[in-house]
Amino acid sequence: MKRLAVGALLAVAAAAPAWVWNPYHLHTLIMAGIFAVLALSLNLLLGYTGQLSLGHAAFFGIGAYATGLLTVKLEWSPWLGLLTAAALPAATGWIIGRLALKLRGAYFVLLTISFAGVVSLVSVNWMDLTNGPLGLPGVPPVEIGLPGLHVLSLRTKGAYYYLVLAAVLGCYLVCLALIRSRIGRALIALRENEALAESVGIDSTHYLVLAAVISAAMAGLAGGLYAHYTRFVSPEVFLFSYTVTMVIMVVAGGKGTLAGPIVGAVIFTVLPEVLRALTSWQWQMLLYGILLIAILFFMPRGIVPTLFDRGRRG
Amino acid sequence: MEQLLQHLLNGLLLGATYSLLGVGLTLVFGLMNVVNFAHGEFYTLGAYAVFAALVGASVDFFLAIPLAVAVGAAAGAVCERCLLRPLRGESIDTVMLVMIGVWIAMQNAELLGWGGVAKSVPAPFPTRPVVVGHVSVSPLRIFVFVVSGLLILGAHLLLARTKLGRAMRATFQDRETAALMGVSVERIHTITFAFGAGLAAAAGALLGPVFLVYPSMGDLASLKAFSVVILGGLGNFAGAALGGLVLGVAEELGAGYVSSGYRDAVGFLIIVAVLLLRPSGLFARAERVG
Repeated sequence: MKRLAVGALLAVAAAAPAWVWNPYHLHTLIMAGIFAVLALSLNLLLGYTGQLSLGHAAFFGIGAYATGLLTVKLEWSPWLGLLTAAALPAATGWIIGRLALKLRGAYFVLLTISFAGVVSLVSVNWMDLTNGPLGLPGVPPVEIGLPGLHVLSLRTKGAYYYLVLAAVLGCYLVCLALIRSRIGRALIALRENEALAESVGIDSTHYLVLAAVISAAMAGLAGGLYAHYTRFVSPEVFLFSYTVTMVIMVVAGGKGTLAGPIVGAVIFTVLPEVLRALTSWQWQMLLYGILLIAILFFMPRGIVPTLFDRGRRG
Repeated sequence: MEQLLQHLLNGLLLGATYSLLGVGLTLVFGLMNVVNFAHGEFYTLGAYAVFAALVGASVDFFLAIPLAVAVGAAAGAVCERCLLRPLRGESIDTVMLVMIGVWIAMQNAELLGWGGVAKSVPAPFPTRPVVVGHVSVSPLRIFVFVVSGLLILGAHLLLARTKLGRAMRATFQDRETAALMGVSVERIHTITFAFGAGLAAAAGALLGPVFLVYPSMGDLASLKAFSVVILGGLGNFAGAALGGLVLGVAEELGAGYVSSGYRDAVGFLIIVAVLLLRPSGLFARAERVG
């Protein structure tokens, strides 16, 4: 039953370019996909290790700048660029994780905010590398060049949608495999009771850093996908509102579940677009703040767990 | 040499307001164990309240400041009563997320109400700087420095010497015993949070005329406040007061001798360095954190 539902959902998602004829709606779906990758990434830390990172926009931005700079300045292939967009944040995540994951709670949160703040200031001030506030135009589109075949450009929204969908699916499967493995059980044990988990031999720093690296790689990949989609990178990718949006998606969807972040990402990308016709951007952010508070008060476990496994956990 | 003296003086003048911001934040954290991410928003509220009183209702400048503090404290009391009281006993992370929600909501409400254009607040001080030897300073900055210092001293005396201060400390050390001694515990929570918010609003009201007033000004203020609090050790009152001066001087020297583009990076770097090397703050005895 559950498999059937997932299969049907996947089929609907895969056929989207066929039935979503309005390019603006398709754009919304692509953004929902990019945010789904981001939400899955944040959820790995917030949902499964219990550590709230408010610096995730930094990994997103580093990924976007990595592929943007390599493809524009060194004319690398966008595929290599996307690979670097995941690899560089992963390396950064390792360093930050090694340092920051000695801390817990508010201390960890503040360290991640500071990290993102420094990276953002560097992107504005290091004119020679990043072109500062002017940004980096002309990021090339992704192309598939099969030997002997015509080069297929993913310039159209319909084609890019499939690339993003593949990324969401890939990240989902990585999370699924991770959570069901020994590593996932170790993470959950650490989240529930760190002292007890350590007493049975779980090395907390090792597992938390591993989660941070994978999470950072995913956020970076989302940044790379965003750069090649909008074909432009500017310091705006480091905006704190990206981090806030990720947090809301994860908390609202249901942290510590795999479907929750994706549901949250779709709702919180589509909802603002629906509201946009009625209200302005400021109203939207105001509403985000109020919604975050309301969800924490009335649905603290998030939408997916509240709707689907009622009563399974106390 | 003259340049260095001028930087040091500017740093101390700026630092006193950072101390004021930090003291309010550290008080709420140390006593209530609430990480108040909306601290900067109470600061913004104070600045807008002064602007509204001066320009909108043409109230006297010296009356507008206490008025702004009252507005900030009232908003803090409402926030505590409606949002924090129902969450008593919830994990610190849930409370933190709720305060993030308050931060976003307040900031965007201000953006809606006042628009994004920065406002300048008129102050009744001569703009010509006072020159002493080779250094110069504007009268407004001296006024801000003195009032900040008096407010910090006042807050310290209130906590250490008055009955209310004793009740506050007692409540957060041992809730039940304090209640048995006749302390109205719930009221103390509200008063403490309002007190912290009022101090933030005071900083906003004082700095509004120095800088410009705009909706996202609270973000940087929050950052500075957190840097100060971490520098001094979370919950350490004297540490925060000293930490503000250290941050002010460090920023001023960084902007003067390194790069003005990275002025705000000083706060971030202080947070990172202190948390990694001396997580209990510069002025505390060794203690386990986290």
